[in-house]
Amino acid sequence: MKGLIPDFALNIWAGLPPMVQYLVGTTTAILIVTVGVILTVAFSTYFERKVIGSMQARVGPNRVGPLGLGQPFADVIKLLIKEIVVPAQSNKFLFIIAPLLTLIPALAAWAVMPLFPGFVIADINAGLLYVLALTSMGVYGVILAGWATNSKYAFLGAMRSAAQIVAYEIAMGFALVGVLMAGGSLNLGDIVEKQSGGFLNWFLIPLFPLFLVYWISGVAETNRAPFDVAEGESEIVAGFHVEYSGVAFAIFFLAEYANMVLISALTAVFFLGGWASPFEGWTFLQGTPLAFIAAPGFHWLFIKIAFFMYSFFWYRATFPRYRYDQIMRLGWKVFIPVTIIWIAVEGVMAWMQVGPWAGLGT
Amino acid sequence: MLFHTILFYLFSAVLIGAALGVVFARNPVHAVMFLVLTFFQSAILWLMAEAEFLAIVLVLVYVGAVMVLFLFVIMMLEVNVEAVKRGLVRYAPLAGAIAVIMAAELVQLIWLEGAVTADGSFTPNPEGYDNTKALGAVLYTEHVYAFEIAAVVLLLAIVAAITLTMRKRPNLKVQNISKQIAVRAKDRVRVVKMDVESKS
Repeated sequence: MKGLIPDFALNIWAGLPPMVQYLVGTTTAILIVTVGVILTVAFSTYFERKVIGSMQARVGPNRVGPLGLGQPFADVIKLLIKEIVVPAQSNKFLFIIAPLLTLIPALAAWAVMPLFPGFVIADINAGLLYVLALTSMGVYGVILAGWATNSKYAFLGAMRSAAQIVAYEIAMGFALVGVLMAGGSLNLGDIVEKQSGGFLNWFLIPLFPLFLVYWISGVAETNRAPFDVAEGESEIVAGFHVEYSGVAFAIFFLAEYANMVLISALTAVFFLGGWASPFEGWTFLQGTPLAFIAAPGFHWLFIKIAFFMYSFFWYRATFPRYRYDQIMRLGWKVFIPVTIIWIAVEGVMAWMQVGPWAGLGT
Repeated sequence: MLFHTILFYLFSAVLIGAALGVVFARNPVHAVMFLVLTFFQSAILWLMAEAEFLAIVLVLVYVGAVMVLFLFVIMMLEVNVEAVKRGLVRYAPLAGAIAVIMAAELVQLIWLEGAVTADGSFTPNPEGYDNTKALGAVLYTEHVYAFEIAAVVLLLAIVAAITLTMRKRPNLKVQNISKQIAVRAKDRVRVVKMDVESKS
């Protein structure tokens, strides 16, 4: 770092007032994380098409650039230069602002995400609550888009989506109650620290049912297959974004994928130890080129996120769409009781210090 | 501190503007969105006062859940704006009285009970102070009975609301989902083995 930046620049930096240093530092961190998320989103569309292509014995995108890696950029440019059609009877202001309202929470939630040891943009104590609050706000964009379009299809999609998100949010919240009981903290960094020291310390093991509930609810929250009734192209064309085109549609798309990356990262942080390495304590690797396997760091979080993103695409290629009443049944009548029972089980087990639950919550 | 002050006035201005928007917006959906903005701005003001738990819970409960249902209902009903506007004049004195009482309570709480130090700022929290933990510690020890009673009342309200909306209609055809899920292919499809028929 010292060699990279000339001395006079460092001197200027040291001479700045701390407020300015703080502002510049935070803004840079936010920019880096946001651009990283957006690039991840761009390449996950490529990843999705390749994965689903290979599952359906196709090639997938391979024309633009080497291996088709330029495809996301070609898509973005195409969407940017397309015309935005605003329906005549629509509510113009809400129609334009709705895509933004879905994107903002998806990006803002990254503020409390511990990306590697010692790095988080905002190290706040109530990080878990912050994430819950922001993910619950994404629904506004969908509802407003459906209503502002002034179309029956869009409105049906919005209503389906809203009911679904509200239902699964409760199960998600309860699953997170289990995580915070195990972690003894609302700070995501502390929750990760608590799980470091090998995969046997991950919350995945004592909280396995909660992990399943959280992950499946996450898939439902992001409106992805098999829970994508809000789009339901076989019944209601494209649901809430049926009239969106060009950049406005691109922002919906970006928000959907940013939410997927976010849910993947959150599941990794809550249940798979975030940036912690599963093989911590393999001291025989020290000094070898393979030392990074035992070391905690961003690469482990990235691998876990990639695994969950792959799972999203895998489900899309595998499962048929849920029927709407079955989605509601799964959310209200299966997941919520499961989480409530498991919170009680976890509490009793941690109190009696049994098996993998011993030592939780301290 | 100057930066803090600028932010405070900025957010307060947006808050007041949004609150006026709730009252004066012609479109009920716009009014709901203004209310969401109002909640959000007050959450930010609480954050600046280092009450992060209250701020986040305000967003989580009101913005994330209550207002979504509100928006839902308002979108479904065609609200007659003119009728609502007539109500504005009628209820204005009552609303004004409530506002005066609340302002008086705030003044009493903040200035007269001495929550503010001499130079007009609040006493800062000590280093490492955890708002959430402090609130939880008080809620589950000192006020545990009030807390439990509130929880039971809310549960009762949920049960009552569900019972009120539940009605049994005779001859209603419903699907038994657990039965549907339990169905296996062999219950529905019978494979019949038969010889090839020849033309005769």
